[in-house]
Amino acid sequence: MSVTHDARIQVHKPAATAQRPAVRGWPDINNPAAWIMAVILLIMPLIANGFFLIEIFATTLILGTIALSLMFLAGYGGMVSLMQLTIAGFAAYMVAVFGISGNANISLGWPWWLAVPMALTLATIFGTLGGALAVRTEGIYTIMITLAIGAAFYYFTNQNWAIFNGHTGINNVATPHFWGVDWRADIPFYYVVLATATLCYFAVEYISRAPFGLALQGVRDNPRRMAALGFNVNAHRVAAYAVASFIAGLAGVLQVWNYRQISPGSVSVGACIDVLIIAVVGGITRPVGPYIGALVFVLLRTFALDFLVKIGLDGNRFRLLIGLGFLAIVFWSSDGVIGLWQRWRQSQVREENRPGGGRGHG
Amino acid sequence: MDSVAQRLSAVGAGAALELRGVTRLFGALAALTDVTITVRAGERRAVLGSNGAGKTTLFNCITGDFPPSSGTIRFFGEDVTHFPPYERIRRGLRRTYQISALFPGLTVQDNVYLACRGVSRGRFSLLRPGQNDALMHAADGLVQAVHLTAVKDQRVAELAHGQQRQLEIALALAGAPRFVLFDEPAAGLSPTERVELVEILTSLPSHIGYIIIEHDMDVALRVVESVTMMHNGRIFKEGLPQEIQSDTEVQELYLGGGHE
Repeated sequence: MSVTHDARIQVHKPAATAQRPAVRGWPDINNPAAWIMAVILLIMPLIANGFFLIEIFATTLILGTIALSLMFLAGYGGMVSLMQLTIAGFAAYMVAVFGISGNANISLGWPWWLAVPMALTLATIFGTLGGALAVRTEGIYTIMITLAIGAAFYYFTNQNWAIFNGHTGINNVATPHFWGVDWRADIPFYYVVLATATLCYFAVEYISRAPFGLALQGVRDNPRRMAALGFNVNAHRVAAYAVASFIAGLAGVLQVWNYRQISPGSVSVGACIDVLIIAVVGGITRPVGPYIGALVFVLLRTFALDFLVKIGLDGNRFRLLIGLGFLAIVFWSSDGVIGLWQRWRQSQVREENRPGGGRGHG
Repeated sequence: MDSVAQRLSAVGAGAALELRGVTRLFGALAALTDVTITVRAGERRAVLGSNGAGKTTLFNCITGDFPPSSGTIRFFGEDVTHFPPYERIRRGLRRTYQISALFPGLTVQDNVYLACRGVSRGRFSLLRPGQNDALMHAADGLVQAVHLTAVKDQRVAELAHGQQRQLEIALALAGAPRFVLFDEPAAGLSPTERVELVEILTSLPSHIGYIIIEHDMDVALRVVESVTMMHNGRIFKEGLPQEIQSDTEVQELYLGGGHE
């Protein structure tokens, strides 16, 4: 168990340097719940079977990472982008086009270690260009432009046969095999996904306290003042799109490896909006929110069908459940599930303090 | 060559700010009409005038928040008329806002740190500042200078009004300011806070000039050496503080006899 050993060292170091900004910058280190969560995620293959491992948890982490890229833009930058799934889908298509697939007419047959960097680069450029268009607008117009880009890409993939193979999409996409491991086998793939999601999560949290991330939050709070402090606000926003596009692109690569195929259905307008729902349900103020939202979404999507059939309703009504859950959460907490959780925690703390405080005064 | 010569002559003249025929229209309304002002480097000047006289619009034209409709603006000899605001700020111009324009979601320290970062390199840095980061220390110093050290880790949204006004000033003094525009810095301050404000303004290094818009004569006339009166978007009168104070026309227009 080298993992727990490492963990102990990490817990110790900040405790020794005590109360410095470093600790404040990494709130997770002092949070026992975060450590329990990390251990559960690491030993998940011991607990869960293949279905849960991939269909529930790997899918949650992939969708959560796409939603994380939206959280980065919306939570820190105040820009609601509906094209994050489109960027992920674009990266997925590029892996299929440059790499190896069942469709030899289209795929160029590059090995995965060339196709993936190519896909990530192109997805980042695609997202940055989309962002450069979107930052000229604010609020609802940003949503409209990014939604338009998402819709345009969906219809383009449907109608273009030369590269995107129309509505059938590209099937039998090859997945990496090296060092004698099939990385798409359930357990290795789970760890690949977990490692990528963890990396993205901590990257976002790290950047949020770096000059770039702080400036992005400044742009969110007061763009005019940021310009009056010497910042080129639009350049900052475009750069944020570049970072978010790279994260979404990573998730897109994992997604195409997960399903081994990509088709227009995966980049539909409905799927774009699902990412927004995931981020809002989870909460967009902290990077953990999108993952919580993704878990709720995937659980509902997977089990609501059986549940609805059991109580005698049409299984296809699972979206109704998601919609009702969305309404309920947004109604009671503008900050999603994390908001609910934080308020519950605060009320617990207050109750604990009350008797002590009373005695002090009495 | 020409611009070097121009620059040298401007340095010789010592003009920090030179506005020529600046006009700003909002639709058919002229908020500023043909404003020509020269302010020397290190000079401290008050701009007075009733509401709607165009004082804040003048500031917005100088910083580029709203570019002028016509006319030219030179900052230390350089024509900045068509520069975006951030380019002017990087050249040493600073401003505060009449209604605090802060970052409510960030802490006091982060607000000031952003101000320091905005006028230096590494605005896009993805690396967190370390323990010995020079800008962090600069930010600490500024936070201390405006007496906010006790609340530096609090979110700005939680600060009292007076503290927000202090922070507003700290943001404008980050980096190496050469000229500052203060837009009603005393608005809403208590008498004690006003005394502190006067202290901060008078203790600024002498090479830093400023223009201050201020309705409180006790503050304004104590911290400036010259006064410009504005009325209906035009320059109405310029002079020394005591000249302006004793000018009968000014008293009628602005003080309205209500000033004891």
